[in-house]
Parts: sequence; C-alpha cells; structure tokens
Amino acid sequence: MVRKLWHHFTAYDENIASPARYKLLKRNIIILMYLVTFIPLLSMASINFFQYKTSLKKEIISSLRLMSNKAAHSISLYLEERLSSIRALAASYSYQQLSDQEVLNGLYQIFTKEFGGFVDLGVINRDGIQVAYAGPYELLGKKYSDQKWFNEVSIRSVYISDVFMGHRGFPHIAIAVQQFDSKGQAWFLRATIDTRKFDEIITSMGILPEGDAFLINRGNVLQTHSKLFGGVLERYPFSIPSSAPGTYFLEEKDTQGHTVWISYTNLQQNAYSLVIVKPQSIFLKSWHVLQKEMFIAFLIGTIIIIIAVMKTSNYLVNQIKAADQKRESAFRELENSQKLSSIGRLAAGVAHEINNPMAIIDQKSGLMKDLIEFDTTFKGKDKFLKQIDSILQSVERCKKITHRLLGFARRMEVMYEKLDLNEIIVEVLGFLEKDALHRGINLELKLAEDLPKISSDIGQLQQVFLNIITNSFAAVEDGGNIIVTSWKKNNEVVAVSIEDDGCGMSKETLAHIFEPFFTTNKDYGTGLGLPITYGIIDKLGGKIEVTSVENEGTVFAVELKINNLENKEKQ
Amino acid sequence: MTNHRILLVDDESEFVDTLAERLYLRGYHAETVNDGEAALRSIGDNCPDLVVLDLKMPGLGGMEVLREIKRFNNLMPVILLTGHGSTKEGIEGMRQGAYDYLIKPINIDELIQKINEAIEGK
Repeated sequence: MVRKLWHHFTAYDENIASPARYKLLKRNIIILMYLVTFIPLLSMASINFFQYKTSLKKEIISSLRLMSNKAAHSISLYLEERLSSIRALAASYSYQQLSDQEVLNGLYQIFTKEFGGFVDLGVINRDGIQVAYAGPYELLGKKYSDQKWFNEVSIRSVYISDVFMGHRGFPHIAIAVQQFDSKGQAWFLRATIDTRKFDEIITSMGILPEGDAFLINRGNVLQTHSKLFGGVLERYPFSIPSSAPGTYFLEEKDTQGHTVWISYTNLQQNAYSLVIVKPQSIFLKSWHVLQKEMFIAFLIGTIIIIIAVMKTSNYLVNQIKAADQKRESAFRELENSQKLSSIGRLAAGVAHEINNPMAIIDQKSGLMKDLIEFDTTFKGKDKFLKQIDSILQSVERCKKITHRLLGFARRMEVMYEKLDLNEIIVEVLGFLEKDALHRGINLELKLAEDLPKISSDIGQLQQVFLNIITNSFAAVEDGGNIIVTSWKKNNEVVAVSIEDDGCGMSKETLAHIFEPFFTTNKDYGTGLGLPITYGIIDKLGGKIEVTSVENEGTVFAVELKINNLENKEKQ
Repeated sequence: MTNHRILLVDDESEFVDTLAERLYLRGYHAETVNDGEAALRSIGDNCPDLVVLDLKMPGLGGMEVLREIKRFNNLMPVILLTGHGSTKEGIEGMRQGAYDYLIKPINIDELIQKINEAIEGK
C-alpha cells in the first residue's frame, strides 16, 4: 500500500521535460513542504491547546477553591463566634441571673451592639419553657419542649438549626447551648441569628453576575437565596458529592441546559455546605479569547506558509525547468557535435574515394573533348561537345561538393587575429550586393558603431555570415527585407542577428537545420552550409540560435566572444 | 611538339594514361608510372624534365618519392597532385621542395601553365 502510494507520488519520467512532469513535481514539492511545515505546527498547536486548557482549568479550580474556602471559613467563623459568645454567656452567668429579665435585656443590648446579628436571646428551663426573653417579639413563656431542637440540645449540649422562617417571617437560625445549675439541673440559653450576614459574606466573595453562591443544608434545602435555584427553603436539585469536610467539584447541566461548574465546601460545623455555581462559559472566557488569538496566529501562520510554499515551489520548479532546459540544450549541442564529428569522418572518406574516379571521368571527358576539337572532320562535333561539356559541368559540381565535404570534415585551422566584425559583414554583403539589386531585396544594416574588435578567424567568419545570409536570400521573395544588426551584448560577447521576412521554417525543419545533409532545397543545397556554420561557431567558442515562424520569417543570432585567447590555447 | 619529358606518377592508371594522352595532344611527351618505386626507377633511368606526382599512393607514398627525388636531383621540378581538397599537404610538399600543387580533379590548362612555369624557372 505504502509502496503503491509512493509509486503514485513519484510516478514521473525524469527524462521527459513535459509540463505534466513539472506539474507533478510542483504538486509533490508542495505536498512535502506542507507536510513538513504543518505537521510540526499542528502538533505544537494541539499540545499548546490541551496543555493550556488543562492548566487553565486547574488554575480556575484552584482560585474557586480558595474563594470557596475563604467564604466558608468566614461563615464558620461567624457561626463559631456567635456560638462561643452564647457559651461564654451561659458559663459566666447563673440560671438565676440570666432569668432576670433586666439582666438579660442588658446583655442583649450589649450583644446586639458588640457582635451584631443577634435577633433575640432567651433562657429556657429544663421543661422547655422560656423563662426570660430579650428581643423584638413576645415570646416570654413560649414552650419549646416538644420541638426538635430542644431534644437535640438536651442530648448534645449544643445546637445549630437549619434556616427557618418561623413566625418571625424572615430567614434565621437558632443556636442553643445547654448549661447546668449548682443543683445539676439543666437549663438552656437560646439565641436567634439573622442569616442576612451569610448573604453579606457570600456577596463579598465577588461572584460575577452570571455566577451564584449560596448555602444548603444536608437535606439539600437552600439556606440562603439562590439566583439560579430559587429562594430560601426551596430544594436544591443536585446532591452533595460528600458530607465529609473539604471542597468538591462537579460538572452539571443547569436548568437551561448550560454546563456549570459547582464547588461544594462543607462547613466546619458540618451543618451547611457553601455552594458556588459558575457557568463554564465564564471560566472559559479567557480560554476562548486565547483560543481566538491562537486561531488567528495559526491562520496567519498558515497563510504565510501557503504563500511561502507556493513561492518556493514555483521558484524550485522554475529552477529545475531551467536546469533541464540547459541540460537538454547541452545534450542537443553534444549530439550535434557528435553527429558532425562522425559524419565529418565519413564525409572525408567519401570525398577522397569519389575524388579519384571523378578525376578519371574529368580527364576522360577532357580527352574526348580534345580529340573532337583537334579532329576537324569530326561529324556532329557540336552535339558531342555539348554532351561532354555537360559531363564536365557535372564533374565540376561534384568537385565543389567533395571540396565542401572535406572542408566540413577538416574545418581548416583557425587563425586568430583582431577583427572588426562590422567590416566582415559589409565585406560579405559585398558579394551579394548584385544579387540583392537584381532581385530588389532591401538590405538594411544596423551595425553598432562602438562594436569592439574581436579575436577570431576572418576566413571562418566570412564563411559563417556568407552561409547565413545566403540562406536568408534563399528564403525571401524578390523585394523582401533582410536586416543585419550587430551589438555589444556585454563586456565579453558581441552579437550579430540576420533577420529576414521570408518563408520561415516549420518547427520540424527548425529542429534539423544543423544536421549534415538536411536540406529543403534538394536541387541546389548540399545540406552542409548550416552544419559547417554551426561547427565553425562552436569551434570559435560562440553560440548560434535560430528562431523562425513559418510564412513570417527567420532570425539567426550569432554570439561571439570578444577575447578568444582561451580558445586559441585550446586549438 | 616540345622536347620536354614529363613523368606522370599516380596509382590510378586510367587517370595518368588519359592525362598523358591529353598532354601529348598539346605537344608534351609524358610517360606514366603507377607507384613510387617505378617512379624512382624511371627518374633514375630517364631523368625527366618534370614530375607530376600524386601524393596519395599505396606503397611508397608521394611525399617519400618527393624526398627521394630532391635527394637525387634537387633542381628537378615536381608538381604535386592531391585528392584531399586541402592545402595542408600541398603546402607541406612545397616545403619539402615541390614547385607547386594542384587539387584533383585538375584542369588541364592549369596543369600546362604550371608545367611551363616550372620548366622555364628551372
């Protein structure tokens, strides 16, 4: 499977410089670059995402625990203070003293002034009858013996009630302590505490408007008002996870289906639990802000990566394309050189072998001509001489071909000297001036005046330009245009272009023009002119390029080195 | 008819025989041989006024024959024939003492002109 995938990934032929190959190459580079950039980026983003989320949750829980513990401690302290003060009062005064209404009133005044939160104070005898009462209500003589709290305080000596409304009409709790007189008879000091102080403590926690905090008792009944779950004494819908002291966290869905985090802190007196409810959305607000920032950073990073990958892959593929083209061009040149070299050797052999029989034909024909010319009585003299001349003309034609073949094969030794390229061009055109005049061809010269002299071989260059310009003459119609331009390309190279508006060449023809014996004019061309030109330019360390559009024209561009000392040394 | 005796040396007998006949028609007496050894023997026996010598021959090559001729008689004019279409070997022959060289296929009038020049300048 992996092998199949890999094969699919790399399924392109390196030898084919086709657009599909570069497209595939570009696709593969892009995929690879995306993989090597996005995998680490996504991994880092994911790790950061989860690590930050976990640590944020821990931090939030920690701060919630701290807040909850602090508030629970304040409530516990408040209750403990009130209980201690009642204990101290019961221990400091005798039953008789506290049963005195005046004494109790005085103490009540002091308690309400110094401690706060006390609604009333009452002294109850062992039968459960309130024998003294200081407070805003008429409760003197009230009998509590049948009430639950009285039984509990009789057993445990201390009692803290749940919140209740009672006949006072507002939420409060009762605390009571048991004490014994000198005769060992029990009596009870009972106080009612206003629970609004609990609300104050809870409010001071600074719970956000979306959050909620309240007290519940062990029976899941609200002891203070809750924004989310109702008023005092209404039922709280969830269960407390544990009744043991400590703080516990739960994730629940509230009545509207939103996820809420709930912390339960059981108070030291074990009577109540402080419940803090916070919607998850509040906790995760900063997380969401960070998440958004991370997403934006990720998005920007992604865009930058995409742009960089596209640019880089484009650059790389273009570089590869250029390198391929150079390689292909070098191969083509090498191929041409090799063809020229091997065909050159063959041509030399052929030329030599043909030359000898041709010389015999030439001499035999010559002799025939001589014999006929010297014989004054020869009948049909003119007719025979005409035929012999035709043979001699053919021999002459063959001679030219073999000479060119040998010239091509040997490529005469290069003699370097300082040359004015413009002068050579003008000189070559001098040979063709008459032809141009006769055919009405417009020869335009655009020769650079500041063209530097070059180190080259005059004979070879004359042949090069003669070959190219002769080709242009053959290509244009009568009245056509040929433009010869020379210019300095850079400090090392000069260039000459020969542009015509002739018949041009097809792509197929263009691909073969430097091949020996390739010709489009079988009657006159030997197919060696341009291969010889190519060979000479190559030998002189130059470059020749041809562009042509069929029925529009052709441009030959020749580049030559200004200083050819290196080449001279190679010769 | 002139009294000049010319020796034509070429391995292509058809070529030299025809050339000899053409020269004869123009008043020159020409003998032909087809290899280097025969050429040297003929030169030794007949001492021709001029030798027309092909450079490329099997056995004793044209250049060796030229060197032998020059060793034997430095004043004997030699016109070289080359089938290579290159001036290089012809020039080398001239360095070795040849009067001139012609490239095959040769023009008869050009050859006669060279022969006359060479014999007159001897």
